[in-house]
Amino acid sequence: MLNFFQLIIIYAGIYALMAIGQNCITGYTGMLSLCHAGFFCIGSYVTAILCKTFGLSFWLTIPVAAIAAGFVGFLIGVPTLRLKGDYLCIATLGLGEIIRNIATNLNPVGYQAIPRASLFGYEFSARGKWQFIALVWVFVLVFYFLFQRLAHSRIGRALNAVREDEIAAQSNGINVTKYKIGSFTLGAAVGGVAGCFMAAYTATVNPGTFTFMVSVMVLCMVVLGGMGNGKGVILGAFIIQFISYFPQLFGLSSIIPAQAQQIIYGLILVVMMIWRPQGLLGRDKFRYGIEKRRLAIPHKGARKEGGRA
Amino acid sequence: MAQMLKIDDIAVSYGNIEALHGISMEVEAGGIVSLIGANGAGKSTLLKAIVGQVPLTRGSITFEGSPICVPRHSKKEGGKALPTHDIAKLGIALVPEGRHVFADMTVEENLDMGAFLVKDPAVIERKKEEMYDFFPILGARRKQKTRSLSGGEQQMMAIARALMSSPKLLLLDEPGLGLAPLIVQDIFHKIRLINEEDGVTVFLVEQNARMALRNSTVGYVMETGNIVLSDASEALLVNERVKKAYLGE
Repeated sequence: MLNFFQLIIIYAGIYALMAIGQNCITGYTGMLSLCHAGFFCIGSYVTAILCKTFGLSFWLTIPVAAIAAGFVGFLIGVPTLRLKGDYLCIATLGLGEIIRNIATNLNPVGYQAIPRASLFGYEFSARGKWQFIALVWVFVLVFYFLFQRLAHSRIGRALNAVREDEIAAQSNGINVTKYKIGSFTLGAAVGGVAGCFMAAYTATVNPGTFTFMVSVMVLCMVVLGGMGNGKGVILGAFIIQFISYFPQLFGLSSIIPAQAQQIIYGLILVVMMIWRPQGLLGRDKFRYGIEKRRLAIPHKGARKEGGRA
Repeated sequence: MAQMLKIDDIAVSYGNIEALHGISMEVEAGGIVSLIGANGAGKSTLLKAIVGQVPLTRGSITFEGSPICVPRHSKKEGGKALPTHDIAKLGIALVPEGRHVFADMTVEENLDMGAFLVKDPAVIERKKEEMYDFFPILGARRKQKTRSLSGGEQQMMAIARALMSSPKLLLLDEPGLGLAPLIVQDIFHKIRLINEEDGVTVFLVEQNARMALRNSTVGYVMETGNIVLSDASEALLVNERVKKAYLGE
């Protein structure tokens, strides 16, 4: 039982990273993208191939995976981010499938026995679950704080404006295209990092893991926890992972088929949209820091004709 | 007076339909220029063309002597069509039709967004105080979500947001749209103050012809994609054709 809980915490951590990336794209900038499984796939494959074929250390593959996934995100983003709403959704859905198909054609059985990550001579094997939990969650926390900083910076403010009203954002001097592509690239890169941990933990990658359902699940985490809320999406990752493993956890897998998960994800999306569209925790309140460094400025006398209010 | 904005024989098409057929206009620095016309005359299209939201098929737009809008595939014009955000950087602020406020942000956050191009927090703070002095209702509502403001308050906020970047040229698209006559009067009064006290050049597009002409120095009349009349605003107010078509006299 404890073993199983540990497993859920590890997967929740990996998916929390994915959800943080998706949150940057969907929560901050308001782009409905459904190809996070593709970036996840790229990250996993980069780690698998570099570790196994080139014998690189796991740590070195993380930045490479982030750059590779981010670069693909950038390439995909340049043509597709002109699209909006459901059109963007369909385009990215297709691209996620393309990435998976490329992976299948590359090597249909994937890669097995990927070397484990090690730190100062300690090897993070599948048995040392607590150690792996620590490893993953350190990264989750680091990315959580990085994105929290981002959301409350000038860039975050611009993304928020782009999400609310593109025309108004442009008129205020915000380069909408640049910020959209930037946010998509960044979100994709974090998805790639999540892929590294998946490869390092399971020591095997195969294209069957990175289906469309993974993208839906990640979107579900973001919607459930609260779009644009860093804490919310991590909570969402936990809840969804717990629901996924619920039948196995309580020995009900003979009664509840695995496919029931998909029904549950759909149900969560529908129920949330009706009763709590802002998610469990709601959107994070934006504070841009100007408030804190409030400067003492002498109050200038009211201009003539204050105006009727 | 120096010429600020020069629109030279521009045409704009939506697909196969040409919406503007060769418009030429001039906006002089320090004045208030109004453009009146009926629904669908192409007034909003002209403003969108100025800020680079729709591409030109012919002609050019020059701001303070340098071209900002040229047709997409022309090389000989010697300029490049600037994207909207770069045009904003030059000091042209647009208050879009229907206001386009950031509804889920508070009034203060909206004003912060208006100052996106201003990097100095002290300047932003000072501009905000000025706006709260100028539009006291915004000061009273600074912590409220913009969604909860009335139409007139939202319009004032949209104008204040545009002024946050200290623009040289303020473009207003139907500032009186859907507002009560008293509020419209108030808003036009504010527009005059912005022009007279801060020296901001104003170019406003309006269906309310009387209000627009009374509060401007120069007026243009647009009909189905063409400028049909242009004169000093006082002259247009007594022009027979304008009186008949737009003033209902």
